[in-house]
Amino acid sequence: MTIDRSIVERITRLAYIGLSETEIDEMAGQLSTVLAHVSKLQQVDTDGVEPTGHAVPVRDVMRADVVAPSWSAAEVLANAPHREGDLFEVQAVLD
Amino acid sequence: MQRDELNYLSIAEASDLLSRREISSVELTEAALRRVEECDGRLNAMLLLTSDLALLQARHADERLARGEFTPLCGIPMGLKDIFSTRSIPTTCGSRILESYVPQFNATAVDRLFDAGAVLIGKTNMDEFAMGSSTENSAFFPTRNPWDPERVPGGSSGGSAAAVASGEVVFAMGTDTGGSIRQPAALTGTVGLKPTYGRVSRYGLVAFGSSLDQPGPITRSVRDVAVVLGAIAGRDPRDSTSIDALVPDYVSGLTGDVRGLRLGVPNEYFAEGMSSEVRHALELAIGVYRDLGAALQPVSLPMTEHGLSTYYVISPAEAMANLARFDGVRYGLCERGADVWEMFSRTRETGFGSEVKRRILLGTYVLSAGYYDAYYVKAQRVRTLVRQDFEKVFETVDALITPTAPTPAFRLGEKVSDPLQMYLSDVYTVPASMAGVPAVSIPCGFAHDLPVGLQVIGPALGEQLVLRVAHAFEQSTDYHLARPPLREANTADVGSDS
Amino acid sequence: MTGELVPVIGLEVHAQLLTQSKMFCGCSAAYANAAPNTHCCDLCSGMPGALPVINQRAVEMTLMTALALHCEVAQISKFDRKNYSYPDLPKGYQISQYEQPIGVQGWLDLGDEMLSTRCGIIRVHLEEDTGKTSHVSLDGSDVSLVDYNRCGIPLMEIVGAPDLKSPEAARDFFSTLRQILMYLGVCDGNLQEGSMRADLNVSLRKADREPGVKVEVKNLNSFRSVQRALEYEIERQREAVSAGHPLVQETRGWSEARDATIAQRTKEYADDYRYFPEPDLPLITFSADRVAEIRQSLPEMPAEKRSRLRREYGITAEAAHVLTADLALSDFFEAAALAASPATGMEVANWSHGDLLRLLHESQSEIASLPFSAADFGRLIALVSGARISNAAGKQVLEAMFETGEGPETIVERLNLSQMDDNEALTEIVKTVISENPGVVTDYRRGKAAALNVLLGKTIKASGGRANPSVVRSILENELGLPGPPSESPAG
Repeated sequence: MTIDRSIVERITRLAYIGLSETEIDEMAGQLSTVLAHVSKLQQVDTDGVEPTGHAVPVRDVMRADVVAPSWSAAEVLANAPHREGDLFEVQAVLD
Repeated sequence: MQRDELNYLSIAEASDLLSRREISSVELTEAALRRVEECDGRLNAMLLLTSDLALLQARHADERLARGEFTPLCGIPMGLKDIFSTRSIPTTCGSRILESYVPQFNATAVDRLFDAGAVLIGKTNMDEFAMGSSTENSAFFPTRNPWDPERVPGGSSGGSAAAVASGEVVFAMGTDTGGSIRQPAALTGTVGLKPTYGRVSRYGLVAFGSSLDQPGPITRSVRDVAVVLGAIAGRDPRDSTSIDALVPDYVSGLTGDVRGLRLGVPNEYFAEGMSSEVRHALELAIGVYRDLGAALQPVSLPMTEHGLSTYYVISPAEAMANLARFDGVRYGLCERGADVWEMFSRTRETGFGSEVKRRILLGTYVLSAGYYDAYYVKAQRVRTLVRQDFEKVFETVDALITPTAPTPAFRLGEKVSDPLQMYLSDVYTVPASMAGVPAVSIPCGFAHDLPVGLQVIGPALGEQLVLRVAHAFEQSTDYHLARPPLREANTADVGSDS
Repeated sequence: MTGELVPVIGLEVHAQLLTQSKMFCGCSAAYANAAPNTHCCDLCSGMPGALPVINQRAVEMTLMTALALHCEVAQISKFDRKNYSYPDLPKGYQISQYEQPIGVQGWLDLGDEMLSTRCGIIRVHLEEDTGKTSHVSLDGSDVSLVDYNRCGIPLMEIVGAPDLKSPEAARDFFSTLRQILMYLGVCDGNLQEGSMRADLNVSLRKADREPGVKVEVKNLNSFRSVQRALEYEIERQREAVSAGHPLVQETRGWSEARDATIAQRTKEYADDYRYFPEPDLPLITFSADRVAEIRQSLPEMPAEKRSRLRREYGITAEAAHVLTADLALSDFFEAAALAASPATGMEVANWSHGDLLRLLHESQSEIASLPFSAADFGRLIALVSGARISNAAGKQVLEAMFETGEGPETIVERLNLSQMDDNEALTEIVKTVISENPGVVTDYRRGKAAALNVLLGKTIKASGGRANPSVVRSILENELGLPGPPSESPAG
């Protein structure tokens, strides 16, 4: 599987990763190499094999619907790069 | 007692001296801090030294000891990989994007260690977001191997391993996703355990590969691993994937006896790519087990070669999602742009290093429309086969003996430009991660004065057995007692004062 | 050419579940009037290292809903990560259910038993709500402000099949579903506060052809807006088709102010959600026993209740419909009917959806806040039905009950409203009325039978509303005899 520039550009937009022009080329090459290795998986016969999501078969772990104390707004916003009062401030979201 | 001796005490020795009030935790802590001062300028194992907190905790520990409240970790200096959330103490995860981040809460493992009285000397260096096998991917500086400063300490928990090997701390905590505890332990001549997935709570670890991440100790002896594991293991209601199983007394399981145990040696782990020195050390180690009365037998884990491919699909996919939260809104770096979307892109462009970007993009690709089945679902199915390999082999043997890493410590810069070569350093550690089973790396010899690691892998929740096997080897060899030459080299410059 | 175009409509409804705590953390779910970012913790504000833990009650509520909508329940269900970036999504992904939702393939019957249509339910799944972003201008620059209080509120998504053919049917789907969720006690149904929101899918289909380009209209939060948005959208699509303009598959929003759907800017690839199983959460299993147990414990659904009320209380379909529109009202009705015996169910129904609802409406209050009990209300109806007080007095008593909360007997006593059926006393009043109204008496005697009612009314009025009309009637007939033969209608 060869990863070309257009694929790198698409996935950088999806993942919000800015890359310079040279980085895009470099990344395309590196990802192609890794994916070529990973593609060996296609040789494995997995007919009738269930996928594993978790290594350990723990199931039905839930909590009772009980309210626990929340953080204070001061704690929630302690690391905020930008804030307006007790709200997080970000640049305009233009949909 | 000479200061040097204080730095190389085992947990058992230190705690024995503490409980008899022959030394205080403050002395032990001061010795650790001096040791950091002596060698960390060269090693760069520490990202942040928490001296004031350490001395405060040491005084508290001394008070507890004076009241006769004895616990095995009370007053013992430790290091924490900078991936563990620590309340009011910066937690960078080795990344620029979290350089300014100060958690408001402790990871469960941290809470348990603090409750047990352990003393935090500092936060240790790591590959950014635990992605790497050399600690060169730290955004701040690479850590050097105490055995040879021109070489890497392994990774991603390289700072923790180097700090333990150099005597800066008695033990340190690491995290292991595909080998990040075991491989640096092997490269620095220390002992590192990746517990069964779910044995230790992941709560408060900055997440990398959520279905694989597992915290564990790096120490200078198997017994010390058993002590620390006993303090941190057990179900945590905050981690839904933590296992609800009794925590045994891991120390009392260290009988020194492996007679009659069936130890498997997987053919696939001795294939191409392994250096001849590592092969030699492993062959000798196998001989040691034979002499100890274990029944060694060749076994096969046919999916071994696919473990790594599976890992490099599943872990980047999970990482892609886990790292999406670093967007400049709530914490960490924020680089503004024309609008919020540009802010996201610029923050992440500036804040993440190239390996992190590579993995995020790899994860994005394998999950994106049209590729999900071919990569992600396929990898999950192969993961089932990898798991079944282990289940099957543990029907015929009690534990497996393998190399931890294919080569001893490599030179700084040697693999940086070739991601695939770097990924291949995890080839022996990844399968146990995929299967979720416990595995420990112990020193088993030297190759040109560089430590070589032996990996013992056991069945799920088989930590007791794995440690017993590792401990028996340690009892009959002295590789774990060897000390890196760094201090001598360094103190020659500044003059010895011990 | 466009004459045979038929709308194809499907709804996706999001409902906030009525749990105490959030979906994956212990923060209180009662965020409505809270100060910003005070109902948050490490998890719901997306701190690194925080981990989710499933709220069992939310799973149970979703299972109840799935069963009430006749869905097949998954034996094994799981959560997935839905990956997209937005400032109000603190983890950078939403925990949702993709591959194995809790319920699939159910249905919802619309209309009454006689004339019902069935709409398929494709799936019922559980996820978490997002935070709230508001857009403001600060010091001249446009910024967005984010509050994570709503983030992590359990959100159930019900995806209806595209079986609906009109805006009215879509509206009916939304309101019927709302009623069911309220009967189940899993959602408060408060549309204004956003407890329920609907997304619409609409396309036009030519007879015997596949549906055309599908347009999604997002985030409708009233019955009226669902209907209006569809009416607008169907018209817009019809016009485009007849003018030969190609329609694009797109997402639109509804603008109340402009009374129109408006195309939303969508980001490239934004819908590539890269779902994958949530590794932080174990699988959920539903054993057959557990499902049977929940099924057993399901409360009566509105449709069942309607037919039972008709059967048990002999009320009309219309009355049953009005009463069951509100669970509290229908419960109140049943309790009142019990106390009102021997009054008929229909009498209680009339009082309930007549005077009671009118008074509730006028005072803008709810059943739950009434100062008197259903039994009080029932006894009041019994007093009227048993002719202990007149109908008019009954209304007067009900208003007093609203005011004071006193029982009906107390009020009847206090206001001296009990019905007079004492023959002697009433005969006195009747005689006075007859003597004071010679003209009416003459009319009656000349054959105008209805004049008797005038005298009856005047007698009741003279008694202060208390006279028993049937007793008065027989006294009047006794006093005046039968009406004379009808004569020619008087002019004027």
